[in-house]
Amino acid sequence: MKLSRFARFSIALLFVWIVLFAFLPQIMVLIASVLSKGATDFILFEPTVQNYARLFDPIYLQIFVDSLVLASVTTLLCLIIAFPFAATLARAPKAWRPLLLILVIIPFWTSSLVRTYALIALLKTKGLINAALLFLGIIDAPLELMYTQVAVFIGMVYTLLPFMILPLYAALEKIDVRLIEAASDLGAGFWSRLMRITIPLSLSGIIAGSMLVFLPALGMFYIPDLLGGAKNLIIGSFIRNQFLTFRDWPFGAAASMLLSLMMLLMVALYAYAQRRERA
Amino acid sequence: MTQPLLSLRNIQKTYNGIDVLRGFYLEIQQGEFLTLLGPSGCGKTTVLRLIGGFEGSDGGEIVMDGVRINDLPPHERTVNTVFQSYALFPHMDVFENVAFGLRMKKLGEAQIQSAVAEALEMVQLGAHERKRPSQLSGGQQQRVAIARAVVNKPRILLLDESLSALDYKLRKQMQIELKTLQRRLGITFLFVTHDQEEALSMSDRIVVMHEGRIEQVGTPKEIYEEPKTLFVANFIGEANTFTCNLIEQRQGEVLLGYEGRTFCVKTTKTPSARLTLLIRPEDLRVERRLEDVKSPNYFEAVLEQVIYKGTTIDLLLRLDNAREIMASEFYNEDSDALLYQEGERLYLYWVDGWEVLLDEAE
Repeated sequence: MKLSRFARFSIALLFVWIVLFAFLPQIMVLIASVLSKGATDFILFEPTVQNYARLFDPIYLQIFVDSLVLASVTTLLCLIIAFPFAATLARAPKAWRPLLLILVIIPFWTSSLVRTYALIALLKTKGLINAALLFLGIIDAPLELMYTQVAVFIGMVYTLLPFMILPLYAALEKIDVRLIEAASDLGAGFWSRLMRITIPLSLSGIIAGSMLVFLPALGMFYIPDLLGGAKNLIIGSFIRNQFLTFRDWPFGAAASMLLSLMMLLMVALYAYAQRRERA
Repeated sequence: MTQPLLSLRNIQKTYNGIDVLRGFYLEIQQGEFLTLLGPSGCGKTTVLRLIGGFEGSDGGEIVMDGVRINDLPPHERTVNTVFQSYALFPHMDVFENVAFGLRMKKLGEAQIQSAVAEALEMVQLGAHERKRPSQLSGGQQQRVAIARAVVNKPRILLLDESLSALDYKLRKQMQIELKTLQRRLGITFLFVTHDQEEALSMSDRIVVMHEGRIEQVGTPKEIYEEPKTLFVANFIGEANTFTCNLIEQRQGEVLLGYEGRTFCVKTTKTPSARLTLLIRPEDLRVERRLEDVKSPNYFEAVLEQVIYKGTTIDLLLRLDNAREIMASEFYNEDSDALLYQEGERLYLYWVDGWEVLLDEAE
């Protein structure tokens, strides 16, 4: 295949960009993760696997498990909420779809940190949600929402939901309506159609969306910090603390590498699912 | 007459303010091969989708075995569809595609295995059961789609332009296979097509549709030889049509005037003042000399073009009033047709009784 000069230039630019800003930093983190911490220097050039060994200490392991649980539950909640949402979007009249999609994307225009502070205004004891519920007489006393696990999940799901909706929408929109009709014709009711046709055919979207939610959820330390009262440490905050607070760069780097490894596994899973779909 | 398997009664259907079907009536008998034939946009696919349950009607009743089924969703109807695009499930292999309907019925695994194997054997795809639809040719996909529908033993099999995606030769072959299959299974087939040749060669009865209404229902022979309307005559096969004036009605025959000529045609009907005389190209005989013309009803025309078609030779002629007229002759080695010179004056006549009189003028 002969490429135009512009195409070659663009590819070269992308390549240089990725090498400079993604690949090289990752290599530096990898190198840092197998070096030691010095008393005065951030990094001593003494190779060690101690950093990785320390990660398996029950205290740190607990942080990983907590993070994984938080991210998994967030992903599951997003999936459950986003699926009907995206399905409705994908079947909406063609003329409405761009507008509906813009409504999904608009929150991105505001920093998610700002939006998290806005959530506090909604969730706090004298916040909008409690005020509204009290006013409507649904509750007698204000609910304790802030600094609970519920608040953390509300914040996480709210922030990450569009990342689930968009790939799901893209996958669901591609499903030929006639396949659904054919399933219906062959005797499949709503649930059978969903389980046997819609979900298998949107699997790549489900995996893509889950990755886009799960991976940031591991690192979004400010939401549990602000809404959950920093009661649980998650990987994101742990890594930040190692670099900024405890100044233990090699240990932070090792934790980063573990996170990268998990992401890599998920990308591999995604690639596998896509290949299976195409076959 | 026995109770029809399915009746459509006074069906109305409107899309975006446009009437697709208006007061549509149709009865389908058990075991017949019925074809809905018409140009695109005539509402034939809508009829199929109404029976399949994919669309709701805006009025009227759909009755199957005496039971109103208007409000049944597709998965509760005992009809199956072979879609125009086949709509095979891309994530399932051939076996699972065919087994889908049986799994929905929660049949036992052994029963499913044998039923699917039998269905695939029937469409000669037994060797391909582990392939994905994307690995099959168009004709094979078509067969899977048929097997997937037929395996459920539907009361009616609905086929939506099911052959139109195939190339000519395969289409011919599938036409024969479908017809054979229908006879063997005894299942009622409702076939939708815009291809008149396909309709003629496969159907027991044809319903010719035009702009949401039925133009004519009849056997292929009736539709071709005795079209009831000008639309049917022009849509099915080639037709030479002449708008005539009624000059005189006599006992059992009428005198017609066309551009200064008079034709005497036998009929028992009382035609209207202006009517159409229809003669199929293959019913016209061509002679060089007036003495050889064996009928008082004839045209004089100038030969413009000779079109060789293998089994037939089409002669394109022009009357003095500039009207084109087409005559087909079967080709044989001794035929004069190839010897006619373009620009030559020829005489055209037809055998009494082969013409059709239509009570409408173009």
